[in-house]
Amino acid sequence: MNAKLSANAAALPSSRLEALKAAAVALTLGFGLVWLAGFAYPKSVHDAAHDTRHALSFPCH
Amino acid sequence: MIARVLTTGLIAGLVAGLAVAALQHFTTTPLILAAEVYEAAQHAHDGADAGAALSGLSRTAATSAATIAVSIGYALILLAAMLLSGDAIAPRRAALWGACAFAATGLATSLGLAPQLPGMAETELAARQIWWLATALCTGAGLFALLRLDSPAAKIVGVVLIALPHFFAPQPATPESTAPAELAARFAAASLAVQAISWALAGALAGLIWRLQSRQQEPS
Repeated sequence: MNAKLSANAAALPSSRLEALKAAAVALTLGFGLVWLAGFAYPKSVHDAAHDTRHALSFPCH
Repeated sequence: MIARVLTTGLIAGLVAGLAVAALQHFTTTPLILAAEVYEAAQHAHDGADAGAALSGLSRTAATSAATIAVSIGYALILLAAMLLSGDAIAPRRAALWGACAFAATGLATSLGLAPQLPGMAETELAARQIWWLATALCTGAGLFALLRLDSPAAKIVGVVLIALPHFFAPQPATPESTAPAELAARFAAASLAVQAISWALAGALAGLIWRLQSRQQEPS
């Protein structure tokens, strides 16, 4: 599996590989931020984001 | 590349978030505050303790910060999607990606879970969150298969992915809302409009800032 992945990576042009890396970082950070503001359970986070959760129709309470 | 993506997402999300926070202040937040008056009256009647944890300026600031965080998240997700699919990142195309994301996280999810005011009847939170996430992801993947893949099999899979979550939609709670129905209806509509604007604005601004940065990088 790993050998296959690295073989694929080697076959990709370096610019495409760089774009994929940047996409992975952006996706992780983006989901992390949406999770924190829209879904996370701690009471302080919920209270601060309460009106935004309702306004952007995330499930709340 | 990573620095450019993060800078673009941060600036686009910040500007879009500020605009959406201002919009919320005049559209959804007054309806939430009105609903809380009914909710508090009911709680007082029941002898239970009620009341928002934050109020006034600190509440507006916290709401704006959360909206900016969501907008930066939206901008980064849209940038990642365009990079993964090999699209050129430009304002109009990015806004269209935003529109499709709204169809996934706004329109599809609101079929099973209508946007809710405080004080409306609700079921267990974790189950609703899981359904919401699964529906948004399935609809997004389904739309991609329908709009971007050419084989008929992929299009059939796309339609199935879009329809499937609705067979597992959460059972609605027995209606026992303290807020008047007119308020709830206005809120549902306003909430969807605000979410549509958040996605479109995050996308369009991400495209615009990406383009401005590439102009700066060109040798003059």
